[in-house]
Amino acid sequence: MDGTVSSESGIPLAAGYGPDTLPPLEQIPPPGQFPFTRGNFPTGYRGRLWTFRQYSGFGTAEESNQRYRYLLEQGGTGLSVALDLPTQCGYDSDDPEVEEEVGRVGVALDTLADAEVLFDGIPLDQVSTSFTINGTAAILLAFYVAVGEKQGIDRSKLRGTIQNDILKEYVARGTWIWPPKPSLRLIADTIEFCATDVPKFNAISVAGAHFRDAGANAAQEMAFTLMDGVTYCDEVVSRGRMTIDEFAPQVSFFFYTHGDFFEEIAKYRAGRRRWARIVKERYGAKNEKSCMFRVGCVAGGASLYGPQAHNNIVRVAYEAMASVLGGVQSMFTAAWDEPFALPTEESTTLALRTQQVLAYETGVARVVDPLGGSYYVEALTDAMEERVVAIMSELEQQGGMVQAIEKGHLQRLIADEAFRVQQAVSSGERVVVGVNKFATDEQSPEVEGYEPDELARQRQLERLAEVKRNRSAAEVTSTLTALSKAAARDDGNLMPLLIDCAKAYCTVGEMVRVLKDEWGEFQQPRVF
Amino acid sequence: MPTRVLIAKPGLDGHDRGAKLVARALRDAGFEVIYLGLRQRPDAIASVAVQEDVQVVGLSILSGAHVPLTAKTAEALRAAGADDIKLVVGGTIPSKDVARLQAAGAAAVFPTGTDLDVVVDAMRALAQNMDSVS
Repeated sequence: MDGTVSSESGIPLAAGYGPDTLPPLEQIPPPGQFPFTRGNFPTGYRGRLWTFRQYSGFGTAEESNQRYRYLLEQGGTGLSVALDLPTQCGYDSDDPEVEEEVGRVGVALDTLADAEVLFDGIPLDQVSTSFTINGTAAILLAFYVAVGEKQGIDRSKLRGTIQNDILKEYVARGTWIWPPKPSLRLIADTIEFCATDVPKFNAISVAGAHFRDAGANAAQEMAFTLMDGVTYCDEVVSRGRMTIDEFAPQVSFFFYTHGDFFEEIAKYRAGRRRWARIVKERYGAKNEKSCMFRVGCVAGGASLYGPQAHNNIVRVAYEAMASVLGGVQSMFTAAWDEPFALPTEESTTLALRTQQVLAYETGVARVVDPLGGSYYVEALTDAMEERVVAIMSELEQQGGMVQAIEKGHLQRLIADEAFRVQQAVSSGERVVVGVNKFATDEQSPEVEGYEPDELARQRQLERLAEVKRNRSAAEVTSTLTALSKAAARDDGNLMPLLIDCAKAYCTVGEMVRVLKDEWGEFQQPRVF
Repeated sequence: MPTRVLIAKPGLDGHDRGAKLVARALRDAGFEVIYLGLRQRPDAIASVAVQEDVQVVGLSILSGAHVPLTAKTAEALRAAGADDIKLVVGGTIPSKDVARLQAAGAAAVFPTGTDLDVVVDAMRALAQNMDSVS
């Protein structure tokens, strides 16, 4: 040890901070003013509390539907849909290649019929629904619009988010399907479509969370995510059909909050300021709303551990508080048993209560950006922004995100950081309570497997078979053919065609296959 | 001759942090590592294992589908006439499944949280054991 103390992303820290490091006041104007360092809105959470959003959904559409109704009754204000891997990667439940994975980490949606069951009895104009879906995001959006129509709800009233961020999938989460170029086109199509047709729906949630879980530190997480955001905006703007002000308000972001309390607060404040400047300077935004960095987060993830697992309750509570002091708009708090089990109703409810105590008992939501002007927090925000800018310009020099991904450069940066942290934990240099310090003989809780109900899988297969029997083969062929023709050309928006396919009860796998035939598949660089 | 190891992720799960950490630790320990990446079909894993003449195949599975995917890979190795290649499995593995994985053909199981040194030592022992037999 050389005596230097640093934040988890390696920002050197003084023992104390004073007025000499306070940034010029124009960088920290009051909340609600560009560049929004102190928050997007003048009154902060007094105006509107953050959304309590709990990730759930597993097994079949029926089971998930029941869980959603329960969460809404308990005061949840947003739904979050977890999908199984076949749905995420574009395979149908009856594909023999993926039989082990059906309904395993989320709900299986093969056709519109499954989506109809999933949202049965849930008024889609009164909830906001977040889909953790990327490769097949455009298809799921088509399902949602079509289900809304069946409930008699105009698409302009639908609220929610599709993650729809493919770039990080190539690097960190792995549910890619097509190569980057056509994938970016499809994403730009959804962004345009939401801007014109589904104005209350977020077309994309640019996600840093998965970089983080794969090993990136807080500064890298923010930098990589903003670079992805730039790549998507470049794609839409370069088509010349839409200005930044027409779609930027529907772009949102998503991060993990981990354990370094002040660094996480600084991360959100720095990200807000940097994004505001990018949108104004790079794209010439005229509307200040376009410049607002709207953020959802998860407290938990890779910052939770199996040994002495109840310690995770404490970790999540601190992380949730850091997120709120950083000014996030929505939050998911992970259940303490997440590292080794599919959370129970009890642990999920406790996670929701963690947010409710924070919101209604601690008083942190009473005053906007309570840490604004703190010598330390402002200096750390500056240092974080500086680091983010440096990482971003390095990536830009490498030729941008798509190149960095195709060459495996980004993957290597993340693997390097993951390895460094692993070594720091092994050596005890980074303390993890109950893991490498204050450890006890207490056994890690038994990892609880979730065995999907074989009967439920059979029911899913039966419903799929029934849908296939009852649908019009002619409509399936004609809508898929139209999709294929449109995909072969660069102009035109594919969303209306996907909605036609959805209404004709084409399967996710059928739509994906048509597009694979036109676009090919992503070839992963094998770096470690 | 350094020990040759193949690391792959069968199934659709994309969580590759652990697979990459293990691959790197093995390489640093002097192994020759072939990293296949995500979404590898069991028969493809077996055929690369044979072509590359590896001594150990390591699977990483975090989706919960470890038992069927391990069984399929062991079956594919047998079908390729390579049942001398040792199969090991890491990931989110409940301890009640360890015996099931061993019955399915796994020579060793490394649940999440296993120290990297433990993995490296076990792989080395497995490869040496194989050398002395052949």
